[in-house]
Amino acid sequence: MSRGLKGGLFQLALLFSLGVGFLMLGTLLVDVFKDGLPYLDKKLLTDPPSTDPEIAGARPAIIATLYLGGLLLLLTVPIGVFTAIYLEEYANKTRWYNRLLEINIQNLAAVPSIVYGILGLAFLVRGLGLGRVLLAGAMILTLLVLPTVIIASREAIRAIPDSIRQGAYALGATQWQVVSRQVLPAAIPGIATGSILALSRAIGETAPLILIGAVTYISFDPTILGPFTALPIQIFSFLRLPQEEFKLLAAASIIVLLGILITLNAFAIWIRNRYRRTW
Amino acid sequence: MVTMSDQATTIEPMSLAQIAQEHGDGFSEREAVFEVKDLAVEYSGNAAIREVSLDVYKNSVTAFIGPSGCGKSTFIRCFNRMNDLVPGARVHGDVLYRGKDLYADDVDPVEVRRRIGMVFQKPNPFPKSIYDNIAFGPRVLNLKGSLDERVERALRQAALWDEVSNRLKESALGLSGGQQQRLCIARCLAVEPDVILMDEPASALDPISTTRIEDLMHELKRQYTIVIVTHNMQQAARVADMTAFFSVDVAPDGNKRTGILVEYDRTSKIFTTPADKRTEDYVTGRFG
Repeated sequence: MSRGLKGGLFQLALLFSLGVGFLMLGTLLVDVFKDGLPYLDKKLLTDPPSTDPEIAGARPAIIATLYLGGLLLLLTVPIGVFTAIYLEEYANKTRWYNRLLEINIQNLAAVPSIVYGILGLAFLVRGLGLGRVLLAGAMILTLLVLPTVIIASREAIRAIPDSIRQGAYALGATQWQVVSRQVLPAAIPGIATGSILALSRAIGETAPLILIGAVTYISFDPTILGPFTALPIQIFSFLRLPQEEFKLLAAASIIVLLGILITLNAFAIWIRNRYRRTW
Repeated sequence: MVTMSDQATTIEPMSLAQIAQEHGDGFSEREAVFEVKDLAVEYSGNAAIREVSLDVYKNSVTAFIGPSGCGKSTFIRCFNRMNDLVPGARVHGDVLYRGKDLYADDVDPVEVRRRIGMVFQKPNPFPKSIYDNIAFGPRVLNLKGSLDERVERALRQAALWDEVSNRLKESALGLSGGQQQRLCIARCLAVEPDVILMDEPASALDPISTTRIEDLMHELKRQYTIVIVTHNMQQAARVADMTAFFSVDVAPDGNKRTGILVEYDRTSKIFTTPADKRTEDYVTGRFG
């Protein structure tokens, strides 16, 4: 085989691999938009679900998803960033308990989400007696994405050259001043990107919420300490109904969910480009 | 016909001895700012330097020279306790700063670094504006007085004001390497230190920027005490009043390498009539 032919075949293989991903996404988008676009109207956003597909909407689910996302950020970002700061800036890496902590966090990131659901059911819903409420859902999603946020924040913090810390120390700054005035501001783009990507993952998550008892049919606006549903669960429940129109309504809801996710990811990319730095 | 290159070769380059004599004359020993006694530093049990004793004099430039791995950078970091930040580093012996032991239990390393500033090998401006770089020190130390005046004074002292006065709000990362290093010197001056430590401050810079930094050192030593580590012997000969030559001592088994102080004297003496054979070999280029 000539060298030119080999190179050509290799490029073909690369294109094929790229094509698989693109084709899947393309098919999904075309299919969903074909079905869902006619049903993507104001009613879907403003009206509660109903047994009549002509008047059914997904308002409670959309609101609950936004609540879940907001609460998730409030809980995840401080805990995740503080953990990352401890591990990167304060922890003595030669100590066994710090190494154990690190390994644990990496393993937690790989635990299936349904397991977090079981944990949430046992400890939050029953153990703490929170009940099947939105707050419990947000807390379980927090636990689910916390390892991701910690790992992303640690990488952002580690990417800051040591010369910056040394320069600040050499001027008589305390460790807290070095961390709060040099390390954290410089790490914000990485932390923000990691947090938003974690948020998008959590918003699409269904299994742990079902397990802790997010209800599938809810016709009023959810509250933090009340029963709730979420957009992916709403989509699932639409699909289980017999009427054909509900399938189309599900497709429209998928478009809404995709819209939220794409907006979040675009925001993450914007932050990354806006604050990109070279040392 | 006389070509350019012929003309150039007719100018004899100055020897180190000549440079040193030209620059180093007129230095008399004076009040010691630092007195180092029998200092040793080890990293996780491996000695980096040992048995170093010397005095650093007020309003002078003291240079540490020597081959790579002789512990000059380790040594200079003992003066502002930067070695504290290295896990596993231990310092033995005494470093007296104006008569007080820097490593005494009641000494706060943060307070030490406020009095004894440092400029690093590679310019390390903070990813902030030029103004905020200079203002960082005064802010974290909560220094009184007008910040604007402090920033301007520091930039003027570092001979950078004219180049940056109209773009103080721009990022310091946009400056050239030489400007960045002078910014780092200005940043250090803004907290009004007593001593300035410079760890190979010009090794990453072009010759013109290097000259500007050296001129600056001559200027600054009137007000400050300067300690500099350098690889460049010409630089030591040009700027330093006192020069310490460090070397590597290899243990008989060939495994342990430790930095030792070979000779410490006036710069003119080190480069013209060194007392130790090893110093002579080094400054004449026979070794290292």
